Amino acid sequence: MDKRWKRWLLVVIGAALLLLFEGRPAYAMHIMEGFLPPLWAAFWFVVTLPFWVIGLRQINRLIAEKPETRLLLGLAGAFTFVLSALKIPSVTGSSSHPTGTGLGTILFGPMVMSVLGTIVLLFQALLLAHGGLTTLGANAFSMAVVGPLVAWGIWKGLKDRAPVWVTVFLAAALANLSTYVVTSVQLALAYPDAVGGFAASFVKFGTIFAVTQIPLAISEGILTVLIFNALQTNAETELQTLGVLKGA
Amino acid sequence: MQPKPFGWGVSLLLLGIVIVMAIVPLLLIRDSEFGGADAAAEEAIAEVAPDYEPWFTPLFEPPGGETESLLFAVQAAIGAGLIGYFFGLKHGQRQARASTSAQRAPTGQAVAERVTE
Repeated sequence: MDKRWKRWLLVVIGAALLLLFEGRPAYAMHIMEGFLPPLWAAFWFVVTLPFWVIGLRQINRLIAEKPETRLLLGLAGAFTFVLSALKIPSVTGSSSHPTGTGLGTILFGPMVMSVLGTIVLLFQALLLAHGGLTTLGANAFSMAVVGPLVAWGIWKGLKDRAPVWVTVFLAAALANLSTYVVTSVQLALAYPDAVGGFAASFVKFGTIFAVTQIPLAISEGILTVLIFNALQTNAETELQTLGVLKGA
Repeated sequence: MQPKPFGWGVSLLLLGIVIVMAIVPLLLIRDSEFGGADAAAEEAIAEVAPDYEPWFTPLFEPPGGETESLLFAVQAAIGAGLIGYFFGLKHGQRQARASTSAQRAPTGQAVAERVTE
Protein backbone atom coordinates (compact mmCIF):
# COMPACT_ATOMS: atom_id res chain seq x y z
CA MET A 1 0.00 0.00 0.00
CA ASP A 2 2.75 2.35 1.05
CA LYS A 3 4.85 1.51 -2.02
CA ARG A 4 1.94 2.05 -4.34
CA TRP A 5 1.36 5.45 -2.90
CA LYS A 6 4.98 6.38 -3.42
CA ARG A 7 4.89 5.24 -7.01
CA TRP A 8 1.82 7.32 -7.79
CA LEU A 9 3.37 10.29 -6.09
CA LEU A 10 6.34 9.96 -8.41
CA VAL A 11 4.08 9.83 -11.47
CA VAL A 12 2.16 12.92 -10.32
CA ILE A 13 5.36 14.84 -9.64
CA GLY A 14 6.73 13.86 -13.04
CA ALA A 15 3.57 14.97 -14.79
CA ALA A 16 3.53 18.24 -12.86
CA LEU A 17 7.15 18.92 -13.81
CA LEU A 18 6.41 18.27 -17.46
CA LEU A 19 3.42 20.60 -17.44
CA LEU A 20 5.37 23.24 -15.59
CA PHE A 21 8.34 23.29 -17.90
CA GLU A 22 6.91 22.24 -21.23
CA GLY A 23 3.87 24.43 -21.40
CA ARG A 24 5.49 27.44 -23.03
CA PRO A 25 7.33 27.99 -26.29
CA ALA A 26 10.97 27.23 -25.87
CA TYR A 27 14.09 28.89 -27.13
CA ALA A 28 17.66 27.82 -27.36
CA MET A 29 20.74 28.48 -25.25
CA HIS A 30 23.43 27.30 -27.57
CA ILE A 31 25.03 29.29 -30.34
CA MET A 32 22.51 29.43 -33.15
CA GLU A 33 22.87 28.08 -36.65
CA GLY A 34 25.05 30.23 -38.86
CA PHE A 35 25.98 32.60 -36.04
CA LEU A 36 29.65 31.72 -35.95
CA PRO A 37 31.84 32.85 -38.86
CA PRO A 38 32.96 29.80 -40.93
CA LEU A 39 36.53 29.97 -39.66
CA TRP A 40 35.50 29.84 -36.01
CA ALA A 41 32.92 27.15 -36.70
CA ALA A 42 35.65 25.01 -38.29
CA PHE A 43 38.08 25.79 -35.49
CA TRP A 44 35.76 24.44 -32.79
CA PHE A 45 35.07 21.31 -34.81
CA VAL A 46 38.80 20.61 -34.99
CA VAL A 47 39.23 21.21 -31.26
CA THR A 48 36.34 18.92 -30.35
CA LEU A 49 37.12 16.11 -32.78
CA PRO A 50 39.75 14.30 -30.63
CA PHE A 51 37.30 14.11 -27.72
CA TRP A 52 34.70 12.44 -29.94
CA VAL A 53 37.23 9.94 -31.26
CA ILE A 54 38.52 8.98 -27.82
CA GLY A 55 34.99 8.97 -26.40
CA LEU A 56 33.69 6.62 -29.10
CA ARG A 57 36.60 4.27 -28.51
CA GLN A 58 35.94 4.26 -24.78
CA ILE A 59 32.26 3.52 -25.34
CA ASN A 60 33.10 0.59 -27.63
CA ARG A 61 35.50 -0.80 -25.08
CA LEU A 62 33.07 -0.29 -22.23
CA ILE A 63 30.29 -2.15 -24.06
CA ALA A 64 32.66 -4.97 -24.93
CA GLU A 65 34.17 -5.35 -21.47
CA LYS A 66 31.27 -4.44 -19.20
CA PRO A 67 28.06 -5.06 -21.13
CA GLU A 68 26.09 -4.78 -17.89
CA THR A 69 26.75 -1.03 -17.87
CA ARG A 70 24.95 -0.46 -21.18
CA LEU A 71 21.71 0.37 -19.43
CA LEU A 72 23.47 2.89 -17.26
CA LEU A 73 24.99 4.46 -20.37
CA GLY A 74 21.47 4.85 -21.70
CA LEU A 75 20.44 6.41 -18.42
CA ALA A 76 23.22 9.00 -18.59
CA GLY A 77 22.17 9.90 -22.12
CA ALA A 78 18.51 10.03 -21.14
CA PHE A 79 19.28 12.33 -18.22
CA THR A 80 20.98 14.83 -20.55
CA PHE A 81 18.10 14.42 -22.96
CA VAL A 82 15.50 15.34 -20.36
CA LEU A 83 17.43 18.16 -18.76
CA SER A 84 18.26 19.77 -22.11
CA ALA A 85 14.54 19.91 -22.83
CA LEU A 86 13.68 21.72 -19.60
CA LYS A 87 13.64 25.44 -20.27
CA ILE A 88 13.59 26.89 -16.80
CA PRO A 89 12.83 30.56 -16.15
CA SER A 90 15.60 32.43 -14.40
CA VAL A 91 16.07 35.63 -12.43
CA THR A 92 17.15 37.68 -15.44
CA GLY A 93 13.75 37.31 -17.07
CA SER A 94 14.97 34.87 -19.67
CA SER A 95 15.02 31.10 -19.74
CA SER A 96 17.79 28.62 -20.09
CA HIS A 97 18.23 24.92 -19.56
CA PRO A 98 20.40 22.56 -17.56
CA THR A 99 22.90 20.45 -19.49
CA GLY A 100 22.77 17.21 -17.53
CA THR A 101 26.36 16.36 -18.36
CA GLY A 102 27.54 16.05 -14.75
CA LEU A 103 25.95 12.66 -14.14
CA GLY A 104 27.36 10.92 -17.20
CA THR A 105 30.79 12.36 -16.46
CA ILE A 106 30.80 11.01 -12.92
CA LEU A 107 29.70 7.59 -14.19
CA PHE A 108 31.76 7.25 -17.36
CA GLY A 109 34.28 10.06 -17.53
CA PRO A 110 34.41 13.20 -19.68
CA MET A 111 35.29 11.51 -22.98
CA VAL A 112 32.24 9.26 -23.03
CA MET A 113 30.08 12.21 -22.01
CA SER A 114 31.39 14.26 -24.92
CA VAL A 115 29.82 11.71 -27.27
CA LEU A 116 26.53 11.50 -25.36
CA GLY A 117 26.27 15.30 -25.12
CA THR A 118 26.92 15.70 -28.83
CA ILE A 119 24.15 13.24 -29.68
CA VAL A 120 21.71 15.39 -27.72
CA LEU A 121 23.01 18.56 -29.42
CA LEU A 122 22.67 16.90 -32.82
CA PHE A 123 19.08 15.92 -32.10
CA GLN A 124 18.24 19.46 -31.09
CA ALA A 125 20.07 21.01 -34.04
CA LEU A 126 18.34 18.77 -36.58
CA LEU A 127 14.81 18.69 -35.23
CA LEU A 128 14.40 21.78 -33.14
CA ALA A 129 16.54 24.41 -34.85
CA HIS A 130 18.11 24.75 -31.41
CA GLY A 131 21.83 25.28 -31.70
CA GLY A 132 22.96 24.32 -35.18
CA LEU A 133 24.98 22.04 -37.43
CA THR A 134 27.61 24.63 -38.29
CA THR A 135 27.89 25.59 -34.61
CA LEU A 136 27.80 21.96 -33.42
CA GLY A 137 31.56 21.90 -32.88
CA ALA A 138 31.47 25.02 -30.74
CA ASN A 139 28.38 23.96 -28.79
CA ALA A 140 29.78 20.48 -28.25
CA PHE A 141 33.02 21.96 -27.02
CA SER A 142 31.27 24.06 -24.38
CA MET A 143 28.58 21.59 -23.28
CA ALA A 144 30.08 18.19 -24.02
CA VAL A 145 33.81 18.84 -23.51
CA VAL A 146 34.53 21.69 -21.09
CA GLY A 147 31.50 21.07 -18.87
CA PRO A 148 32.37 17.38 -18.40
CA LEU A 149 36.08 18.18 -17.91
CA VAL A 150 35.19 20.59 -15.11
CA ALA A 151 32.83 18.04 -13.56
CA TRP A 152 35.51 15.37 -13.82
CA GLY A 153 38.10 17.57 -12.14
CA ILE A 154 35.80 18.32 -9.23
CA TRP A 155 34.67 14.73 -8.90
CA LYS A 156 38.24 13.40 -8.89
CA GLY A 157 39.51 16.13 -6.61
CA LEU A 158 36.82 16.08 -3.95
CA LYS A 159 35.54 12.51 -4.12
CA ASP A 160 37.27 11.23 -1.00
CA ARG A 161 37.41 14.54 0.83
CA ALA A 162 33.81 15.73 0.89
CA PRO A 163 30.43 14.04 1.31
CA VAL A 164 29.35 12.46 -1.97
CA TRP A 165 26.31 14.71 -2.37
CA VAL A 166 28.43 17.86 -2.06
CA THR A 167 30.83 16.59 -4.72
CA VAL A 168 28.04 15.55 -7.07
CA PHE A 169 26.30 18.88 -6.60
CA LEU A 170 29.42 20.94 -7.28
CA ALA A 171 30.47 18.81 -10.23
CA ALA A 172 27.09 19.15 -11.95
CA ALA A 173 26.50 22.80 -11.08
CA LEU A 174 29.94 23.98 -12.17
CA ALA A 175 29.81 21.88 -15.34
CA ASN A 176 26.65 23.75 -16.22
CA LEU A 177 28.09 27.15 -15.37
CA SER A 178 31.35 26.58 -17.19
CA THR A 179 29.44 25.51 -20.31
CA TYR A 180 27.94 28.96 -20.59
CA VAL A 181 31.13 30.76 -19.68
CA VAL A 182 32.73 28.97 -22.63
CA THR A 183 29.80 29.91 -24.86
CA SER A 184 30.40 33.54 -23.90
CA VAL A 185 34.11 33.21 -24.67
CA GLN A 186 33.32 31.67 -28.04
CA LEU A 187 30.94 34.47 -28.96
CA ALA A 188 33.33 37.14 -27.71
CA LEU A 189 36.17 35.65 -29.76
CA ALA A 190 34.03 35.68 -32.87
CA TYR A 191 32.53 39.09 -32.12
CA PRO A 192 35.07 41.27 -30.34
CA ASP A 193 33.70 44.68 -29.40
CA ALA A 194 34.76 47.46 -31.80
CA VAL A 195 36.00 49.55 -28.89
CA GLY A 196 36.64 47.26 -25.93
CA GLY A 197 37.77 44.22 -27.92
CA PHE A 198 37.41 40.69 -26.60
CA ALA A 199 37.07 41.69 -22.93
CA ALA A 200 34.16 44.08 -23.45
CA SER A 201 32.42 41.58 -25.67
CA PHE A 202 32.98 38.77 -23.18
CA VAL A 203 31.40 40.82 -20.40
CA LYS A 204 28.41 41.53 -22.61
CA PHE A 205 27.78 37.91 -23.58
CA GLY A 206 28.80 36.69 -20.14
CA THR A 207 26.10 38.74 -18.46
CA ILE A 208 23.48 37.39 -20.84
CA PHE A 209 24.37 33.73 -20.41
CA ALA A 210 26.18 33.24 -17.15
CA VAL A 211 23.95 35.30 -14.87
CA THR A 212 20.85 33.59 -16.22
CA GLN A 213 22.65 30.37 -15.66
CA ILE A 214 23.57 30.64 -11.96
CA PRO A 215 20.16 29.63 -10.54
CA LEU A 216 19.91 26.95 -13.21
CA ALA A 217 23.31 25.62 -12.28
CA ILE A 218 22.04 25.23 -8.72
CA SER A 219 18.92 23.47 -10.01
CA GLU A 220 21.02 21.18 -12.13
CA GLY A 221 23.24 20.38 -9.17
CA ILE A 222 20.23 19.42 -7.08
CA LEU A 223 18.64 17.32 -9.83
CA THR A 224 21.91 15.46 -10.34
CA VAL A 225 22.23 14.81 -6.60
CA LEU A 226 18.70 13.39 -6.68
CA ILE A 227 19.34 10.97 -9.52
CA PHE A 228 22.74 9.99 -8.16
CA ASN A 229 21.13 9.23 -4.84
CA ALA A 230 18.55 7.07 -6.59
CA LEU A 231 21.41 5.24 -8.30
CA GLN A 232 23.13 4.62 -4.99
CA THR A 233 19.94 3.05 -3.69
CA ASN A 234 19.00 1.04 -6.77
CA ALA A 235 22.13 0.39 -8.80
CA GLU A 236 24.90 0.03 -6.29
CA THR A 237 26.39 -2.94 -8.15
CA GLU A 238 26.74 -1.00 -11.39
CA LEU A 239 28.34 1.94 -9.60
CA GLN A 240 30.89 -0.44 -8.13
CA THR A 241 31.50 -2.12 -11.48
CA LEU A 242 32.34 1.26 -12.96
CA GLY A 243 34.52 2.11 -10.01
CA VAL A 244 32.38 5.15 -9.18
CA LEU A 245 31.91 4.02 -5.61
CA LYS A 246 34.00 1.60 -3.66
CA GLY A 247 32.33 -1.54 -2.42
CA ALA A 248 31.02 -1.27 1.13
CA MET B 1 33.69 9.17 2.80
CA GLN B 2 31.26 6.27 2.75
CA PRO B 3 28.20 7.35 0.80
CA LYS B 4 24.81 6.93 2.37
CA PRO B 5 21.74 7.44 0.22
CA PHE B 6 19.09 9.66 1.73
CA GLY B 7 15.39 8.91 1.83
CA TRP B 8 12.18 10.23 0.37
CA GLY B 9 11.83 13.21 2.68
CA VAL B 10 15.09 14.80 1.63
CA SER B 11 14.43 13.99 -2.02
CA LEU B 12 11.08 15.72 -1.98
CA LEU B 13 12.55 18.71 -0.19
CA LEU B 14 15.29 19.06 -2.80
CA LEU B 15 12.76 18.72 -5.62
CA GLY B 16 10.73 21.44 -3.89
CA ILE B 17 13.72 23.79 -3.96
CA VAL B 18 14.15 23.26 -7.70
CA ILE B 19 10.48 23.96 -8.35
CA VAL B 20 10.47 27.07 -6.15
CA MET B 21 13.57 28.39 -7.92
CA ALA B 22 11.73 28.05 -11.23
CA ILE B 23 8.54 29.67 -10.01
CA VAL B 24 9.98 32.62 -8.12
CA PRO B 25 11.33 34.43 -11.22
CA LEU B 26 7.93 34.01 -12.87
CA LEU B 27 6.27 35.74 -9.95
CA LEU B 28 8.88 38.44 -9.47
CA ILE B 29 9.43 39.50 -13.06
CA ARG B 30 6.09 40.30 -14.61
CA ASP B 31 7.03 42.16 -17.76
CA SER B 32 9.05 39.42 -19.39
CA GLU B 33 8.22 36.58 -21.74
CA PHE B 34 11.13 34.51 -20.47
CA GLY B 35 12.57 34.11 -23.93
CA GLY B 36 15.75 32.16 -24.48
CA ALA B 37 19.05 33.60 -23.37
CA ASP B 38 20.30 32.90 -26.88
CA ALA B 39 17.80 35.30 -28.39
CA ALA B 40 19.29 37.95 -26.13
CA ALA B 41 22.74 36.95 -27.36
CA GLU B 42 21.53 37.35 -30.93
CA GLU B 43 20.59 40.94 -30.14
CA ALA B 44 23.99 41.50 -28.56
CA ILE B 45 25.67 40.19 -31.71
CA ALA B 46 23.60 42.63 -33.75
CA GLU B 47 24.93 45.40 -31.49
CA VAL B 48 28.58 44.42 -31.66
CA ALA B 49 28.61 43.39 -35.31
CA PRO B 50 25.67 45.07 -37.02
CA ASP B 51 26.74 43.88 -40.47
CA TYR B 52 26.87 40.19 -39.62
CA GLU B 53 24.65 37.95 -41.69
CA PRO B 54 24.15 34.35 -40.54
CA TRP B 55 25.70 32.29 -43.33
CA PHE B 56 23.77 29.13 -42.74
CA THR B 57 20.16 28.53 -41.86
CA PRO B 58 18.71 25.52 -40.08
CA LEU B 59 17.83 22.67 -42.43
CA PHE B 60 14.56 22.17 -40.65
CA GLU B 61 12.82 24.59 -38.39
CA PRO B 62 9.63 23.83 -36.48
CA PRO B 63 6.89 25.86 -38.17
CA GLY B 64 5.82 27.44 -34.90
CA GLY B 65 5.90 27.47 -31.14
CA GLU B 66 3.37 24.67 -30.90
CA THR B 67 5.39 22.22 -32.96
CA GLU B 68 8.55 23.26 -31.21
CA SER B 69 7.08 22.64 -27.77
CA LEU B 70 5.76 19.32 -29.06
CA LEU B 71 9.25 18.27 -30.09
CA PHE B 72 10.71 19.40 -26.78
CA ALA B 73 8.01 17.50 -24.93
CA VAL B 74 8.81 14.41 -27.01
CA GLN B 75 12.47 14.82 -26.16
CA ALA B 76 11.71 15.05 -22.45
CA ALA B 77 9.27 12.15 -22.64
CA ILE B 78 11.77 9.84 -24.33
CA GLY B 79 14.38 10.67 -21.72
CA ALA B 80 11.98 10.41 -18.79
CA GLY B 81 10.64 7.10 -20.13
CA LEU B 82 14.14 5.64 -20.26
CA ILE B 83 14.95 6.86 -16.76
CA GLY B 84 11.69 5.41 -15.48
CA TYR B 85 12.42 2.09 -17.18
CA PHE B 86 15.89 1.96 -15.65
CA PHE B 87 14.76 2.58 -12.10
CA GLY B 88 11.73 0.35 -12.47
CA LEU B 89 13.95 -2.49 -13.62
CA LYS B 90 16.51 -1.97 -10.87
CA HIS B 91 13.80 -1.71 -8.25
CA GLY B 92 12.27 -4.98 -9.44
CA GLN B 93 15.65 -6.72 -9.50
CA ARG B 94 16.36 -5.56 -5.97
CA GLN B 95 13.02 -6.88 -4.75
CA ALA B 96 13.57 -10.18 -6.53
CA ARG B 97 16.96 -10.52 -4.86
CA ALA B 98 15.46 -9.72 -1.48
CA SER B 99 12.71 -12.34 -1.84
CA THR B 100 15.04 -15.11 -3.08
CA SER B 101 17.45 -14.53 -0.21
CA ALA B 102 14.49 -14.56 2.19
CA GLN B 103 13.48 -17.94 0.78
CA ARG B 104 16.99 -19.23 0.99
CA ALA B 105 17.55 -18.29 4.62
CA PRO B 106 15.44 -21.08 6.17
CA THR B 107 16.98 -23.63 3.79
CA GLY B 108 20.40 -22.55 4.94
CA GLN B 109 19.25 -22.99 8.51
CA ALA B 110 17.91 -26.46 7.74
CA VAL B 111 21.27 -27.41 6.28
CA ALA B 112 23.02 -26.06 9.34
CA GLU B 113 20.72 -28.06 11.60
CA ARG B 114 21.38 -31.19 9.63
CA VAL B 115 25.10 -30.64 9.97
CA THR B 116 24.88 -30.20 13.74
CA GLU B 117 22.78 -33.36 14.01
